[in-house]
Amino acid sequence: MRYGGFSTLLYKEVLRFWKVGSQTVGAPVLTALLYLLIFSHVLEGHVKVHGVIYTAFLIPGLVMMSVLQNAFANSSSSLIQSKVTGNIVFVLLPPISYLEFFAAYVLASVVRGLVVGTGVLFATFWFAPLTFAEPWWILVFALMGGAILGSLGVIAGIWADKFDQLAAFQNFLIMPLTFLSGVFYSINSLPPFWQQVSHWNPVFYMIDGFRHGFFGVSDASPWLSLAVVGTCLAVLTTLTLNLLKRGYKLRA
Amino acid sequence: MSAAIRIQQVSKRFGNVQALDGIDLEVQRGEFFGLLGPNGAGKTTLISALAGLVRADAGNLSVMGHDVQSDYRAARRLLGVVPQELVFDPFFTVRESLKIQSGYFGMGDNDRWIDEILENLGLTSKANANMRMLSGGMKRRVLVAQALVHRPPVIVLDEPTAGVDVELRQTLWHFIRRLNEAGHTIVLTTHYLEEAENLCTRIAMLKAGRVVALDTTANLLRRFSVHSLRLRTDGVMPEELTRQGAENGGWWSLPFDGFDEVEPLLAKIRAAGCSLKDLEIGKPDLEEVFVRVMQGQSQGQLN
Repeated sequence: MRYGGFSTLLYKEVLRFWKVGSQTVGAPVLTALLYLLIFSHVLEGHVKVHGVIYTAFLIPGLVMMSVLQNAFANSSSSLIQSKVTGNIVFVLLPPISYLEFFAAYVLASVVRGLVVGTGVLFATFWFAPLTFAEPWWILVFALMGGAILGSLGVIAGIWADKFDQLAAFQNFLIMPLTFLSGVFYSINSLPPFWQQVSHWNPVFYMIDGFRHGFFGVSDASPWLSLAVVGTCLAVLTTLTLNLLKRGYKLRA
Repeated sequence: MSAAIRIQQVSKRFGNVQALDGIDLEVQRGEFFGLLGPNGAGKTTLISALAGLVRADAGNLSVMGHDVQSDYRAARRLLGVVPQELVFDPFFTVRESLKIQSGYFGMGDNDRWIDEILENLGLTSKANANMRMLSGGMKRRVLVAQALVHRPPVIVLDEPTAGVDVELRQTLWHFIRRLNEAGHTIVLTTHYLEEAENLCTRIAMLKAGRVVALDTTANLLRRFSVHSLRLRTDGVMPEELTRQGAENGGWWSLPFDGFDEVEPLLAKIRAAGCSLKDLEIGKPDLEEVFVRVMQGQSQGQLN
């Protein structure tokens, strides 16, 4: 274990989810596996996307969805639990700057997202032939997507005073954004109106760019996706840092 | 040399409530200082402002010369706070909690000090137990340990003995006294006035966000409290004595300043034809001081 505000907080946050690994890693891997089994059973042989068989197309989408949802879950659930139980004081009393606070929570979220994403990949990759056409895109979008949702989780965890407020944030924002982002389909298969709507969903670009890394083809250009995701990350980072600097709902 | 704690004109408002109203206070290095007041007086808000958990609307707070806002890193390293609420992180063992807290303050290789704290607070056998498995008293001990883990020279204990058993109180005060003797500055808030009287060399009393009394414990006792003769008689007390004393449940309480006044008081009672059924001498205590201060008698009025 390394010592210092940032490194210790990062270590603590990773240790926290690791200690309840069956719940924080095992359960989401199982859920993704069930999605794969059900959807591939129904659609395999009927659908091909970008020339790729459906199960292979679905796998990167499920991996990235798991990365994003678990990154959000990590920071948001840790913060709301600490606030509700009051043990947030253990983090607020030491000389930890708001930058260290932000970096530790977001990085721990990225770690959780990557651990779960890797777990989903290992659990599903032998169901269909996968390629890794441009692997750097896989890494870039996984890291940036995890950081965006981790940052959003920090905002939600700080904003929510009760667990049901956080659940509302998760159910009415995060879930629709991730489910309606092209995880299960190509948006080119949608009617024009819903295609336009999907282009306003930043999660679409995360999934699409991530998937591009596997197959080398995607609905949108990976560079456009990178620009959108990069902008989102910059905006959310700025917003979160501003909230933390002001001590919003943390330091009265 | 800068004071251990300096609080200058600090105010804080929560909505319609003026929690702190221009507090001025200085705690010198090495003091064992008591911060007393009824619920809602502003004690915890003041401690929170000192610890950076609450941002004051006006005024300055510093720990050993370091401003708690502009130089927060140094100020927080020098301060250890035992929070009033019984909080804990259910994911970790006692030792993990202490090592993590230690790491937040940038202290590596702190195992020897952690072992010493565990030993002194009677926690050694629980070091590897999960926090959830501990009793309330044990959790309170861990809270104290967490506040001490970075060896802060200034230690603030916010009602550390609320709802804990006698054994813990004794263990805790023994350890805290030793730390004080070793040079640590201690600030204590408590509702157990006897504890404050025994431990604190100087006391501030807060009421509605203001300091209403501030002096050494000895001076407060001398100024605000007196000896009293407590007695029951079988007759009617002479009018002169009823005017200077008070009756409660058949017991008369007659205040006096020096022991040479006792015999004349008893003589007056005998002269009135009363004989004593019970007699005891009440010593000055902090509870009486506290009640009188909170009833609004200022230090000036009582002098």
